[in-house]
Amino acid sequence: MALPGWKKVVAETGAMSAFAGRFFAEFWRPRYEFREFFRQCFYVGYQTLGLVAMTAFIIGLVITIQSRPTLVRFGAEAWLPGMVSVSLVREIVPVITALICAGKIGSSIGAELGSMRVTEQIDAMEVSGTNPFKFLVVTRMLATTLTIPILAMIADGVSLYGSYLGCNLHATVSWDLFWYHVFNSVWFTDFAPAFIKTYFFGFAIGLVGCYKGYFTTHGTEGVGRSANSAVVLSSLLIFIIDLIAVQITDLMGLN
Amino acid sequence: MPNATPDTRQTVLEISDLWKSFDSNHVLRGVGLQLHQGENLVVLGKSGSGKSVLIKLIIGLMEPDKGEIKVFGKNIPQLKQAELDEIRTRIGFLFQSNALYDSMTVRENLEFPLRRHRKKLTQVEVDSLIEEVLSNVGLAHTKDMMPSELSGGMKKRIALARTLILKPEIILYDEPTTGLDPVTSREISNLMLDIQKKYNTSSIIIAHDMSCVRITANRIITLVDGTCYAVGTWDELSHSSDPKVKQFFE
Repeated sequence: MALPGWKKVVAETGAMSAFAGRFFAEFWRPRYEFREFFRQCFYVGYQTLGLVAMTAFIIGLVITIQSRPTLVRFGAEAWLPGMVSVSLVREIVPVITALICAGKIGSSIGAELGSMRVTEQIDAMEVSGTNPFKFLVVTRMLATTLTIPILAMIADGVSLYGSYLGCNLHATVSWDLFWYHVFNSVWFTDFAPAFIKTYFFGFAIGLVGCYKGYFTTHGTEGVGRSANSAVVLSSLLIFIIDLIAVQITDLMGLN
Repeated sequence: MPNATPDTRQTVLEISDLWKSFDSNHVLRGVGLQLHQGENLVVLGKSGSGKSVLIKLIIGLMEPDKGEIKVFGKNIPQLKQAELDEIRTRIGFLFQSNALYDSMTVRENLEFPLRRHRKKLTQVEVDSLIEEVLSNVGLAHTKDMMPSELSGGMKKRIALARTLILKPEIILYDEPTTGLDPVTSREISNLMLDIQKKYNTSSIIIAHDMSCVRITANRIITLVDGTCYAVGTWDELSHSSDPKVKQFFE
């Protein structure tokens, strides 16, 4: 029987929470699928690195170019590296990296597991005495949780390089001076909360992708729907987590 | 056609009073059957009559509403996960869609169950087992191919090889010849018969294809209205005057 809208949301939230609970329960128990875990880390990390780096570079460059005229108007051009680097490290780069990963990794996990479900590959794994949740879900969720923070950190560096080039388009800022301003502006309390929240972004992307894919129904049409809803829902979750993170850092007086 | 076998042989699988419903759709209503050692038992039934559900209940992919499924004396619905995984290594399952892992090569598909359940095997022994099962299905040259590079008949053979790799004592076939041309279908049916002879396996075969049924069946069960309606050999059932049985053989 089809549930009405709000009940469906509650049911889905409950089912996804149970799915996350199962991840934590299964995570500790042997057998540990190291090989599959490293394969997934390679896929999530290495194969997304180019896209993330290119986006971060462009964002760093664009934000710097766009911020410059306003600062020039107030005679505060010297603040440009510091102001842009705080925006990039605290907010823009972690969120953009997570959104790119939601689009590339979340949809790919949703489609892969969905297609495995509808072609009975997950059932085949189960009847061969292998725990498909452990092999497919735990490894992927762990890979996204641990790899996306590393990607975000690399993206931070690349975006700051983009910002350095942006600063030098209309003025001359030496490499050393640029980094002097950056490190004088970005404190550990700016970097740490932003870094910690990327673990939650990674977890959300893995959770939604795996959940949507693992419970795919309705054949090939369902696979497309799983991939699509994995992107939409994980993107939404990224913003919700970001909102919660901002509230927490605000309460802790770190903003 | 293989001969009917006497019921004096050891029973490896026994189902009694098995019920399964999906909402208001009562698919199985008190099914009971026995599978003997070395026997090919074919289950015939219309689409949606619960044949595939029956074998998914046997392997523990679904839970019954009521009833017993005893495999090697153990009641499947009551087993803990570890016990179920253990008993699953003694049962092979050939999926209708083959269910080959499409991100893995043929060799990796075959290695996958071995690496998990035969951990003490050396690489040489693993290679030799893979060679053996691939030779049995006549596809020794496909080791490094991806499933997407294989034809329908080849995929079915590889799926069969993967089923055989752990040397199961029982094999469950879910419509093994569906979607294949008559020649390939006959080849697969003969292959199933060869496997039965070579490995002395007991099998439950869900089938629509009557030529496959004729080639492989030692005994046939017709599933009608969720119950085992008639049991017998090909000769007995194909000459039945009962319209509910006759419809399958016309």
